[in-house]
Amino acid sequence: MEQASPDPERQLQPGLLEPLGRSDAGLGVAVDEEAEGAREEGSGGDTMTHNNFWLKKIEISVSEAEKRTGRNAMNMQETYTAYLIETRSVEHTDGQSVLTDSLWRRYSEFELLRNYLLVYYPHIVVPPLPEKRAEFVWHKLSADNMDPDFVERRRIGLENFLLRIASHPILCRDKIFYLFLTQEGNWKESVNETGFQLKADSRLKALNATFRVKNPDKRFTDLKHYSDELQSVISHLLRVRARVADRLYGVYKVHGNYGRVFSEWSAIEKEMGDGLQSAGHHMDVYASSIDDILEDEEHYADQLKEYLFYAEALRAVCRKHELMQYDLEIAAQDLASKKQQCEELATGTVRTFSLKGMTTKLFGQETPEQREARIKVLEEQINEGEQQLKSKNLEGREFKFGPMLRNVLARCNPVKRISLQSKCPKTEAQVNKRI
Amino acid sequence: MDMNSFSPMMPTSPLSMINQIKFEDEPDLKDLFITVDEPESHVTTIETFITYRIITKTSRGEFDSSEFEVRRRYQDFLWLKGKLEEAHPTLIIPPLPEKFMVKGMVERFNDDFIETRRKALHKFLNRIADHPTLTFNEDFKIFLTAQAWELSSHKKQGPGLLSRMGQTVRAVASSMRGVKNRPEEFMEMNNFIELFSQKINLIDKISQRIYKEEREYFDEMKEYGPIHILWSASEEDLVDILKDVASCIDRCCKATEKRMSGLAEALLPVVHEYVLYSEMLMGVMKRRDQIQAELDSKVEALTYKKADADLLPEEIGKLEDKVECANNALKADWERWKQNMQNDIKLAFTDMAEENIHYYEQVYSGGKQGSFPRKVCWKRERVPATLCRGGKKHCLLPATACLPHL
Repeated sequence: MEQASPDPERQLQPGLLEPLGRSDAGLGVAVDEEAEGAREEGSGGDTMTHNNFWLKKIEISVSEAEKRTGRNAMNMQETYTAYLIETRSVEHTDGQSVLTDSLWRRYSEFELLRNYLLVYYPHIVVPPLPEKRAEFVWHKLSADNMDPDFVERRRIGLENFLLRIASHPILCRDKIFYLFLTQEGNWKESVNETGFQLKADSRLKALNATFRVKNPDKRFTDLKHYSDELQSVISHLLRVRARVADRLYGVYKVHGNYGRVFSEWSAIEKEMGDGLQSAGHHMDVYASSIDDILEDEEHYADQLKEYLFYAEALRAVCRKHELMQYDLEIAAQDLASKKQQCEELATGTVRTFSLKGMTTKLFGQETPEQREARIKVLEEQINEGEQQLKSKNLEGREFKFGPMLRNVLARCNPVKRISLQSKCPKTEAQVNKRI
Repeated sequence: MDMNSFSPMMPTSPLSMINQIKFEDEPDLKDLFITVDEPESHVTTIETFITYRIITKTSRGEFDSSEFEVRRRYQDFLWLKGKLEEAHPTLIIPPLPEKFMVKGMVERFNDDFIETRRKALHKFLNRIADHPTLTFNEDFKIFLTAQAWELSSHKKQGPGLLSRMGQTVRAVASSMRGVKNRPEEFMEMNNFIELFSQKINLIDKISQRIYKEEREYFDEMKEYGPIHILWSASEEDLVDILKDVASCIDRCCKATEKRMSGLAEALLPVVHEYVLYSEMLMGVMKRRDQIQAELDSKVEALTYKKADADLLPEEIGKLEDKVECANNALKADWERWKQNMQNDIKLAFTDMAEENIHYYEQVYSGGKQGSFPRKVCWKRERVPATLCRGGKKHCLLPATACLPHL
């Protein structure tokens, strides 16, 4: 948005050293509007507007999943699922779409992409991936990663992931993301070349920062609390939902036992025989209907999980901000003490007890030349420090979850067997389009 | 439910009773009405027991008055049943509730247990009253009308314990022979009873299990709704929707509770009664076989010229009459029982179906502004008319209900 020309090379630099964004108000609004605009494009495709990386509009879809076998890093046979990503470009004039790229990626490559984005865009809430392993399962069977229903739901989740990145005004311009969609071979090498793993923050450092920060930004503290609350309430909800689903399954399946008993009983009854027979049949149908009902419900659970993981991503942004704040405070402290030292040298007074004071008393004062040299060094350091301080003033971004969540709840709540009417007409339009 | 003799509600006057709708097979007007209620606990030095109040209202001449009120305990019911079985060995005597529940019962005098037993005892007496033969049994009349001391003195009469035991031993010995010579129709009857007993026992177990599962489902659901309310505290934009969801879940819970109680009232007691009935039936078959066995042993004795040949023909004559009576009594009662069974089972299932329909209606009845989900499809599985009463089509279950797609 602010950059004059989209320079692919520049995207590979770590964002930390560039001053990004000015006043948070302006940035926030712009982001929301663009994000909203992107969402309004409807299902199956997202467009990029304004300073596009590409001049054309594109559509992205994860259309297929395939089981594959191969050799892993330890040269052992393994089975995994690969997903087909298709990119289509939409011509401005006639709206036709043409397939420009298609390649196969597996889940671990998606993970790599996300980890890269997390490191290079610490101030952005990076969209989450669908879960690695099935959690909050209501039935032992559904914990299998190779289960076709699980694979299908994961495919949808991966598509959402890509669409969300593509509709983000900053993330969509990342070169590695572009390569992910277009360059089948050697993509991993390209990612590793950026050296992003080295720049990843250590957890310990982050934890340290949380406790030592003196002036935490209130906005981020609030955001942290919000994301913690959201995480806790959604995981609780998912846990209970899983238990409810389990019980409901039990009720239906036990009814199925009636089926055989009724049809056996019908053999000895003359008048009631037919009735019993068909009642038995209906019980069987009833019992088997629960499988579809609960599978549909899984899609609802998936949407809640997406926001659970979003909350985690939000938390990560807050954590990074804390780290930066901490670094900032340390740098400021450093600067202040250097300025003080400089002053002491210049005026020749030693106000506080210091090693310098001690050595002066012991070994005599230093020559003016020495003092000048020291002052110069300190002044240089002070300049550097001030530069650094400026750069560390990062603005965070606030994410408005509200409208997004309502979209989710309004769209899909079949388990409660009710109809929800969204108050927001725009969301309803989105809802209709999404179906 | 319509008023019939199984309803615990009591009509107030003999005349009003005549206009009731009945599901019994009695073409005549009922003239004997019984209720069992007011369980009371009695504590003595030796034991604690429960008595039930029995109110009888009748217009029959042989009764001294038109209203009677007595108190009886379970032991008295057992005694009555024994006497009826003695007097009418091949009639199908209604079953009594079990002495005590084995599973899940810590205390004998648990409230639910007492209530279930009371209802079953009420049914027991009313079934006797509706039976064309048993209703005129003398012991039955004494049971309904005698004061406590009168009853205990009456009980002491009759064959002593030792002679009754002797009978049992002979019975076991001869029952095997009776099985061999069983006529064709009774073989069929026996097969039916065996299979029916198996199936009804299974249905009893399945129904109990369904009740248990529904209870657990209900318990989990109760926790589900409040989470949404909790969530709405941190999201201003979503408060309305979340509260809506919570209230819908709440409605679901209430509907489930109602369905459970429907199951407990309409289906479980009926099925359980027929489980006990099937045990009764096996006993009846045995007794019939014994009577036949007696005859057969005498006939054998005559054929092989054992013992006193002169007295035998007369004895045999009497026994032949006895067998014929027994067989006819059983045959008639069997038809009657089967008819009742079918009616009772149909009624229980259709009531259950109605409960289920109410349940789904409750659960699907609109969210905000009473709107019904746009694309809900119901697949109502229709049960053929044979299983439904009065020609009206009832569904056994609205089986699959596809999810509403918004």
